[in-house]
Formats: sequence, C-alpha cells, structure tokens
Amino acid sequence: MLRTEGLRARYGLFQALFDVNIRVGASEVVALIGSNGAGKSTLFRSIVGSVRVSPRSVWLDDVAIGGESERRQLDRGVVLVPEGRRLFPSLSVLENLQLAARNGRRGQWTIERLLDELSVLRPLAKRPATSLSGGQQQLVAIGRALVANPSYLLCDEVSLGLSPLAVTDVYALLRKASAGGTAIVLVEQNVNRALSESDRFYCLQKGRVMLEGESAAADRAKVAQAYFGV
Amino acid sequence: MAIACETLIDGLLLGALYALFGLGLSISLGVMRMINIAHGDFIVVGAYLTSLTMQLAGMQPLASLIVVVPAMFILGWLLQRLLLNRVVGGGMFAPLLVTFGLSVIIQNLLQETFTADTRSLQAGDIARRGFEVGSVSIGVLPLLSASVAVLLFALTHLLVARTHFGRQSRAVADDPATARLIGVDDKNFFAMVTGFVFAVIAIASVLYAMRTPFSPSAGPERLLYSFEAVVLGGLGSLWGTLAGGLVIGVAQLFGARISSGLGPFFGHLIFLLLLVARPNGIFNRQPR
Repeated sequence: MLRTEGLRARYGLFQALFDVNIRVGASEVVALIGSNGAGKSTLFRSIVGSVRVSPRSVWLDDVAIGGESERRQLDRGVVLVPEGRRLFPSLSVLENLQLAARNGRRGQWTIERLLDELSVLRPLAKRPATSLSGGQQQLVAIGRALVANPSYLLCDEVSLGLSPLAVTDVYALLRKASAGGTAIVLVEQNVNRALSESDRFYCLQKGRVMLEGESAAADRAKVAQAYFGV
Repeated sequence: MAIACETLIDGLLLGALYALFGLGLSISLGVMRMINIAHGDFIVVGAYLTSLTMQLAGMQPLASLIVVVPAMFILGWLLQRLLLNRVVGGGMFAPLLVTFGLSVIIQNLLQETFTADTRSLQAGDIARRGFEVGSVSIGVLPLLSASVAVLLFALTHLLVARTHFGRQSRAVADDPATARLIGVDDKNFFAMVTGFVFAVIAIASVLYAMRTPFSPSAGPERLLYSFEAVVLGGLGSLWGTLAGGLVIGVAQLFGARISSGLGPFFGHLIFLLLLVARPNGIFNRQPR
C-alpha cells in the first residue's frame, strides 16, 4: 500500500498541500479529482521525490519513503507519467523506452510486450518521439513508465488535449496495466471518466482532501461541490 | 603550390588538435548547459601531470596516458561532484563565475608549484620524424594527434548515438526534470560526463604538450581556440566542433605564412568573419 500521511508541500512561501492523507492499495485504481491549482500535480511530485517533503509523510508498505530521490522511488516501483507527456525530443520512440527499461525494474512489461500491445507504435519506433501524434505520444509516455515495471503508476492528465478515440486507446492501455497488477492513480479532468475508470476517488481543493469515497457510489452533486468549492 | 598544399595539410592537422580541445567543451555545453572557463587551464594541468609522470615513472609521453587519463577522469569526477554540481542547472552565469575563479586559482597554483618557466616534453624520436608525399612533407606526430582526435570524435559520436550513456545524456540535455523521473540521477551522471570530458582533456593535453612548449599561463589561449572551434561549428553539434577546429587551424597557418606571428590573429579574424556570415555556426542545428 502506498499512502501519504499529513503530507505538506510548499514552493518557497507558498504552501500547496495541507495535511493530505490518501492511500492506494496494491493493484487498486484511484482517481484524484480537482480543479486547476488544487494540488494534484504537486501531490504526485511530492510522492515521486520531485518536491521535497518530510520522510514520514509518504509511506510504502509501512516504510517511510518521503523526500527520497526520483531514482529511489523508481527502484521501489513508484513511477510518474508527467503532465504533457514530456517525451525526449532528441530520442526516438524506442530510445525513450530503452532508457526507462534500463533504469527501471525488470518485470512483465518489456519493450517487446509493449510494442505487441501497441502495434501502432511498432513501425514508428525509430521516429523522433515528439514527431508522433498527441495520442501516440501519450501512449509512449505511459509505455515509458510501464517498462520500468511500476507497482504504483501515477498518471497526470493523461487524456488532456487528446481526441476521444485517442483517450479510448490510453485507457485501454491503463486497463491492461491494471490487469497486470499495477496500482494506478489517475488525475483526470473529465470527472465522469475519472469515476468510471476508478475504484475509489479523492477530491482535492486548494491543497486539501475535501471528499473521498467509492467511485461507484459517488454522489455527483457532492463531487461537484468539492470540485468547485461552492 | 606545394607550399600552399603543405600549409593546408599542416593546418588541418593542427586544427584537429584544436577540435580535440573543443570536444570536451562541446560535451559539457551540450549535456550540462555549462561553460567551463577553466577548460584551457585543465589542458595545461594535464600537460604538467604528463610531465610529472614522465619524470617520476620514467615513462614515454604516450605511455604516460595510462596514468594521466584515469587521473584526469577522477579529477573531473570529483570537481563535478564536489563543486560544479552546486552551480549547474541554475542558469549560465554561476558556472561561468565559479570556473573563472578556478582558472585564476589553477594558474597561480601551477606557477607556485612549477614556476613560470616554459616546459616541454621530451617526446623523443617521434616528434622529429616525418615522411614525404610528393613534394609535401608530413610530420608523424601531427598526423598521429589528428588521427587520435578524429577517432575520439567518432567514438564520442557512437557513445552519444548508440549507448545507454548517450541516451541518458541526450535526455538530460532535453529535459533534466523528466530525465530524473525515469531514473537518471543527473548529479551523479554529470560527474561521469565531466570525468569523460577530463579523460578527453588528458589525451588532448598529452598530444598538445608533445608538440608545443607550455607554461602555467597557457590555459586561456587553449580555451579561446576551443571556444572558437565550438562556436564556429555551431553549439551542440559534435561534428561542427571538428569542422570549426579545422577551420581555425588552417586559418592560423595560412596567416603565419603571410607573416609569422600573425597566425592566431588570422585564426580570430576568420572566426569573426565566418560568424558574421553564419551567426549560428557552420553546422547549426535547429535552435531549441
């Protein structure tokens, strides 16, 4: 289980997260819902070590792992798909994957398997990563995280700016990852999509958890209230 | 005609050495966005280290590479780890200032330790040997150093294009924050890169010291030639650096033909003229 306990994060004087407690069970799918600036990305960045937080604010299977480097979190199987895909333009599709596969853990997700699942990418493997379409790039970005064989995959805005068809492909890939036992935490602007794809959800507002619960039983009015703060 | 031909060849051979000076600078600029003002001084440090190794171990200059290359790698690794990592990534200005300070310190330390006298290495027989091609005579040592330079460019190219090390370096150059997310420990990696740069410096400095006398204050001029090679070739282009070095070398020797002593001046002149014509360098890639 991955959980945060009283997680606080700040950028200089600006505090972005206030005592955030979330938990993600092994192979669970959890959605984070909230408007822009609610602190979803900061929460992710705090967990993977891009934002420094105190050691006892992030726990993995009862080991305090807060504030450790991205490298250590990757070794532990906590991997982030950053917002905006962030593929390396100087690397080909294949090289983006090779880099992550080499640095990450060994496991069921190999580059071969990924290219089998995403056969559309195979003929494009030698192309510069950022020459692909947005949807294809997003698949590569998720694939790049998957070949590091995470136990916990944190996905930041993976459907932002994509066509409905591309969004379908993205979620199909995430379902395969989930079926393989990887726990997934989703940040998704489309609240309906977020709730239908997840087991549980958290609503963040201004750096605090305002609402949490089972996604299937979510009260849309309450979610909207937590989302907009009205 | 034969003289022009010989000057051209000598210029190319000299230019290859300048390019090798520039190679390290090109790598640190390309990967770490960092300019090391003390680059030339470290070339001189390498030369003194070679001289010292030869004295103490009684080695030939080329054999001393076995000692000098690892020693310089470690020096580079430590320098990055302990000092330069503190300033890298925060813009261009801080590394410039820190390495400028380093440059001053190194020159004074060298002068304090080795006096301000000019030194030269006993390169032995190889420095005097040459052969004739038609009416053009070619020195063995310049040819050797140029071949080593081209070989190192080719090896670096392969390293960057084909290996995990190269993929990491391109990823870090593109986007350090995301590179960290997929496990590139940039601080540790930068130390490896600077170690590699210093190993290249070590080879360059042995070749340099075998053909030219050096003194503690010789660093800045080496830096200038390195810089001209890198900038002329186009920032971030490896082969551009090689081409830039060759141009500077040829320009210098033709200048020296016109009037001995005007060699460096002509090198700088051609550099400026070419820069006016192509402000982004000969082999400029798309600006990021």
